[in-house]
Amino acid sequence: MKDRELLQLEETWAEPRGFIGWFKCVHHTSIGRRFVITAFIFFLLGGIEAVLMRIQLARPENTFLGPDLYNQIFTMHGTTMMFLFAVPMMEALGVYLVPLMVGARNIAFPRLNAFGYYIYLLGGIFLYVMFFTGTGPDNGWFSYVPLAGPEYGPGKRADVWAQLITFTELSALVVAVSLIVTVFKLRAPGMSLNRIPLFVWAIVVTAFMIVFAMPTVALGSTCLILDRLVGTHFFNPAEGGDVLLWQHLFWFFGHPEVYIIFIPATGIISAILPTFCRRKIFGYTPLVLSLVATGFIAFGLWVHHMFTTGLPRIAQSFFTAASMMIAIPTGAQIFCWIATIWGTRPRLRPPMLFVLGFFFNFLIGGLTGVMLASVSLDQQVHDTFFVVAHLHYVLIGGSVFPLFAGFYYWFPKMAGRMPGDRLGHWNFWLMLIGFNLTFFPMHQLGLKGMPRRVYAYLPGMGWGGLNLLATLGGVIMTAGVALFLINVFLSLRTGEVAGENPWDAATLEWATSSPPPPFNFDSLPIVAGRDALWDMREGHSGSAAPAVVTGVRGDLREVLVTTVLDAEPDHKTLMPDPSIWPFLSAVATSGLFIGSIFTPWAVPVGAVPVTIALIAWFWPTRKEHLERIEAEQDHGRTPAPPAEPVTQGQA
Amino acid sequence: MNSVRNIIGVALITLALASCERERRRFNEVPPGATANDAVRQSVLQPGAPQPNQHLKSVYEDNAWAVSEGKRLYESFNCVGCHAHGGGGIGPALMDEKWVYGDQPENVFSTIIEGRPNGMPSFRAKITNQQAWEVVAYVRSMSGQLAKDVSPSRDDDMNIKTPEQSKEKEQPVTKAAEHPK
Amino acid sequence: MRSKRRQWTAALLWTVATSGSGCAGVQSALDPAGPQAARINDLWWLMLWTCAGVFAIVISALVAALRRGRAQPAEDAETERKMTKVVAAGVAVTTVILFAFMISDFVTGRALWSLASPDAIIIKVTGHQWWWDFEYQDPIPSHRVRTANEIHIPVGRPVKLEMTSSDVIHSFWVPNLHGKTDLLTGHQTVTWLQADRPGKYRGQCAEYCGHQHAHMAFVVIAEPVGQFNAWFDNERHPAITAANAGQQRGQQIFMSRTCMMCHQIRGTDAGGRSAPELTHLASRESIAAGTLANTRDNLKGWIVDSQRFKPGNKMPSHDLGDEDLNALLDYLESLK
Repeated sequence: MKDRELLQLEETWAEPRGFIGWFKCVHHTSIGRRFVITAFIFFLLGGIEAVLMRIQLARPENTFLGPDLYNQIFTMHGTTMMFLFAVPMMEALGVYLVPLMVGARNIAFPRLNAFGYYIYLLGGIFLYVMFFTGTGPDNGWFSYVPLAGPEYGPGKRADVWAQLITFTELSALVVAVSLIVTVFKLRAPGMSLNRIPLFVWAIVVTAFMIVFAMPTVALGSTCLILDRLVGTHFFNPAEGGDVLLWQHLFWFFGHPEVYIIFIPATGIISAILPTFCRRKIFGYTPLVLSLVATGFIAFGLWVHHMFTTGLPRIAQSFFTAASMMIAIPTGAQIFCWIATIWGTRPRLRPPMLFVLGFFFNFLIGGLTGVMLASVSLDQQVHDTFFVVAHLHYVLIGGSVFPLFAGFYYWFPKMAGRMPGDRLGHWNFWLMLIGFNLTFFPMHQLGLKGMPRRVYAYLPGMGWGGLNLLATLGGVIMTAGVALFLINVFLSLRTGEVAGENPWDAATLEWATSSPPPPFNFDSLPIVAGRDALWDMREGHSGSAAPAVVTGVRGDLREVLVTTVLDAEPDHKTLMPDPSIWPFLSAVATSGLFIGSIFTPWAVPVGAVPVTIALIAWFWPTRKEHLERIEAEQDHGRTPAPPAEPVTQGQA
Repeated sequence: MNSVRNIIGVALITLALASCERERRRFNEVPPGATANDAVRQSVLQPGAPQPNQHLKSVYEDNAWAVSEGKRLYESFNCVGCHAHGGGGIGPALMDEKWVYGDQPENVFSTIIEGRPNGMPSFRAKITNQQAWEVVAYVRSMSGQLAKDVSPSRDDDMNIKTPEQSKEKEQPVTKAAEHPK
Repeated sequence: MRSKRRQWTAALLWTVATSGSGCAGVQSALDPAGPQAARINDLWWLMLWTCAGVFAIVISALVAALRRGRAQPAEDAETERKMTKVVAAGVAVTTVILFAFMISDFVTGRALWSLASPDAIIIKVTGHQWWWDFEYQDPIPSHRVRTANEIHIPVGRPVKLEMTSSDVIHSFWVPNLHGKTDLLTGHQTVTWLQADRPGKYRGQCAEYCGHQHAHMAFVVIAEPVGQFNAWFDNERHPAITAANAGQQRGQQIFMSRTCMMCHQIRGTDAGGRSAPELTHLASRESIAAGTLANTRDNLKGWIVDSQRFKPGNKMPSHDLGDEDLNALLDYLESLK
């Protein structure tokens, strides 16, 4: 690539600067970075809430938190972690990494993607502002009716929860759409579907699951708000409604939700293992099939959250079978990963350590999950600390540990510096020991009769010792997370500067500088195998220099769109410029959502600014109009892009 | 950026201190004006220059939880038996604009605690003052006197009346009973 | 590698050791006193040992994978084929184990529902925020017995619970006897119980139901048939008439103050149904839904300032003079 062309690319794809410019950015790395940082802040807030709960439960009949505040805090903890941390963080990693991994210059629908981030941010801020003014939801993250209904949930707390769902659901859907289209239409030529990285597969499966699961909870929360605000009777048994309807609607979303959180983590594992074991992943096809199978089966499990509600037993048995069945693809994945490690001598750097921690913790969580799939056993341990133990083993073990592995792995790419190794080791061990010390005793607590969501327990129950142990574990785990933060700050300042590919990995995000320029790649790559960079290095493409795409303009935001299955070049299109309208639309939409908590009139009235903002968003500027005309004329003039890769030597 | 951070910090602290009255749960307290009946006149006539009645704003009228407790007590203390769900029967309707003994919180409190001629029992010592004030707040919500976000919404029951929060605010008119029994 | 493995083993053993603080307990699922809890307990141990075995095997494989190997692994077709066979075998074994679990669950499930019998005692359970309303059913209405927060059952006889809720969702759970079943509004759920040995089995609400979900407990007392019949006969009788002046004064206070507005004492004019029934209060183990032991001091504290023990609960605090309070306590203690 000649320097002149690089300069042109820099100019074309430059991100806006300044205070206002910050709100106009639409490049996926800018938005992705913000997304990751925001989600991590919510993780810390949720962690603080957890520490507060553990302090209250450290000894019997403690008076640190009263019942009302405790109930708000455990609701905020669950809501924050599930809706404001876990799903957004996974999507954030997808937003940052997927376009790089598939060799595109930007994510599809960049403005929509930015809108998704702002709606999420505003929703999170809204929830916490309400929490600090005493209006924090207090009915649990699952907000069962009738407790959250109009009669037993006075005030606006449950409405705040319901609208938070709307915010986060809209954000998740919108980002999922961007990701799906990116993966299907913007891949580098030659990256057929059976060559895309497993992390990208995981994100695709997750995105489809989001598209099918999120609308259910949005529907449920809308029915809840309607019941509370307008007087409908969806959940009123006296007028033909049903309290179980809520549970079905919520858990039909709620179970896929936990797989939405877990599946990207499996993608992270599949990305990290080959790098540190220095071999390609074992069983690519079975791994992909497992991901897809898990995604499908996850939709058929939801009633296992309702085993104690008196549903017909034969129906429950079906869900027992399905809940156990989903362990088969998950097990297949674990065996493939172990097979990947077998015969290698992996480098035990922090990313790999966290991967090993994942194996240890997630295995425990998965096994207790199989126990919970049994109706009989579940009837004893449902809604006890046994389930708290299980869910944290699968969510922290199965998602947070892989996330930390991913943080350490992709930190060089995102920040341009290497993360500290020594602090990384300490971080890992403190988190591993603290986590197990906190949550393993909870299995015992549940079996000894301690229910969930209790702000206090009597002294004579014999639960004090294990609870105190769990609190101490929590302190250790907090120290581990604190070390991570220190590590990040120190590495940002004084860490070793990272090159393009410090880990010697195979996927395309490592084929550009750290951090990537706003146009992602100097030259768009052409791919000939599953492990793009390793194949290029070993000369599988048939020539010394890597094959690149030519014929895509550098003076316009032009990208190459390829076919779905085989990624053959299809046509070229223009990407939108940075714009303030995604942010303003998000603000307008937030106004509509927040207003509708207080009055139904907010919907028609609030729709007006939203409409105006959306029209402004899509209204083509003169510059865009001219660019489009010029690009079309250009497409008419030049021949179709070549079907064979053109190497630099021949250009 | 520093000034932005400062503004945000101050805003958060202010919000925390403001702590929405609507959402507070007041479990155990002696509400202000527990003995307001001392100050409530039964007659409009006064010797000498008229002195206005001392109006007492019940703090529960901004508290959604207290109003919902009032609604629960309205049913469990069987106010429903005479007043139905606001439509009245043996006793007068409570959701309309007509108030026989006064519509202000201290009047309603007095009505409940003292009882009234023509059939309203006296609940003094039968319910606590806090419970009485909760019922007062609820009774006033029945005619739409309370803010919409504080009034209860529909109950989980058969749909027999407009929810209090949808009720249009009535303009109270106090008329003494015209035909005493 | 070796030290890492040792560290992991140590960590695992330590967590297991510190959590192994005994299975017996007053509210423990691992201390079954009835046939259903016993079957579930059996299933638990089967699953625990099998899963522990699976865990050990998989972690051993992982550790072995970490320890063996060269820096540049062999990726030839022969090794890949062998690996594929091993992985496939692992998946097959997993499937077989899961199938076995599923069958065990189905078999256990059938056993749990096999208590149905026309001989059963039927108790109607109504959940309230935050106490339990129990009514022993009988075809003759005057033979029905209403009580609160405590039930007695005869050893060896099945008990059918017909349950519903009056406000929000609760869950009835006596771990020593059986798994939990929810109490739903607008539905009636049914569960069966049986105790095979005498004892006091504590239960607790297991579905988050508001402020005092943590303090919504009850007790199931299983006793030999003779003792149960005696208890039941006593329960059927209305309240004992007040014997001495103090008790009479106490009864008068009960009837003339806030108490009768919510509580029922059969045989008197107090007929409130929105609070626990108190006819035989003095014969109960605990008050405030299992929160406090039934002693005079606790009862006094509860009446004077219930919000201190159970903030947010529906019983208000009271301001009674000492004499009145003592008389009231005398009366309540007489309600055996």
